[in-house]
Amino acid sequence: MKRAVLRQLQDARSNKRPVALVTDLEEGEEALIDDGDLVAGELLLSTPVLHEIDAAVRYDRSGRLAEPNAHLFVEVFNPPLRLIVVGAVHIAQKLAPMARLAEYEVTVVDPRRAFATDSRFPSVHLRHDWPDDALTALDLDRRTAVITLTHDPKLDDPALVQALHSPCFYIGALGSTRTHAKRLERLSQEGFSDVQLERIHGPLGLPLGGRAPAEIALAAMAQMTQVLHGAAPLVKGAKPAAVG
Amino acid sequence: MAGDGRDMTADAARPTGGVPQDDELQTALAWLEAGRTVARAAVVSTWGSSPRPTGSQMIVDADGNMAGSVSGGCIEGAVVDAAKQTMRSGKPQMLEFGVSDEQAWDVGLACGGTVHVYVEKME
Repeated sequence: MKRAVLRQLQDARSNKRPVALVTDLEEGEEALIDDGDLVAGELLLSTPVLHEIDAAVRYDRSGRLAEPNAHLFVEVFNPPLRLIVVGAVHIAQKLAPMARLAEYEVTVVDPRRAFATDSRFPSVHLRHDWPDDALTALDLDRRTAVITLTHDPKLDDPALVQALHSPCFYIGALGSTRTHAKRLERLSQEGFSDVQLERIHGPLGLPLGGRAPAEIALAAMAQMTQVLHGAAPLVKGAKPAAVG
Repeated sequence: MAGDGRDMTADAARPTGGVPQDDELQTALAWLEAGRTVARAAVVSTWGSSPRPTGSQMIVDADGNMAGSVSGGCIEGAVVDAAKQTMRSGKPQMLEFGVSDEQAWDVGLACGGTVHVYVEKME
């Protein structure tokens, strides 16, 4: 590996770029790929191979490509996963530490200062600005998940709008089937199409059946993980449990 | 919590950094900049149970100093020897350790899996 490539790789990582280092195990040549573009190295790659690399980055899977390209070793360096929780509520208190254990950086957004306090949320980033300002400032990327928990359209909706405009990998919204239907109606009046609105997972979480705050947090964590890895639903056609 | 570096400014809500503190590649870069000869060994594929996943890596210098790991400690010795060879020759190597390999038993990859480790000089 060339030092110039290494230096550029480390630069890209510290700038939180999702990059892939590709090494030709037969020739010893390498390429640094940032968003489909060769940014360093001498190894030339075909378009189909670049597509495979893009999938590897998306699903965060390092390894050799499938035959006939098994001589290409792809190392994926993704920025840290982030979870943005809107609503410093009881479920958020359970969800934040769970997400930290799963190695997410967690930010809790709630303009109601009495809710978002250090003592209720140790070891997470707290923001007290309005959700749309907060989410704009946080620059949601495809390693980010957004979950709204306030039940209050004044707080949840602006966050969902920002999330829908971003490439974030997961959007979840707490609320019953009825609440969710009303929410979708409001958002479609703001001009979002049904296809766009399908990105919102509501009611929130996999249908685990629990209703306690920690159980709802677990259901949300499970669903985020499933979506992150592009895994198939556990039970096809199962109706999500109504939560909240 | 004191001492976790958290503060309440807007910037604190940005991720704390894209490169972990104990990153092997950062170590490699530091060693190279200090003028040391460096090789890196990376797990490129695994079969069956293996102690460290694909992408795990280890950095070795000419004196045998190392950072990171490619197994639970069972094959590191053999990998360091190969790395020293690669640093001298400049030629990359593909090492295989597995149950069918006498050497793997010798160096103790007893978990029943197979790993391929690619060793290259960094220059």
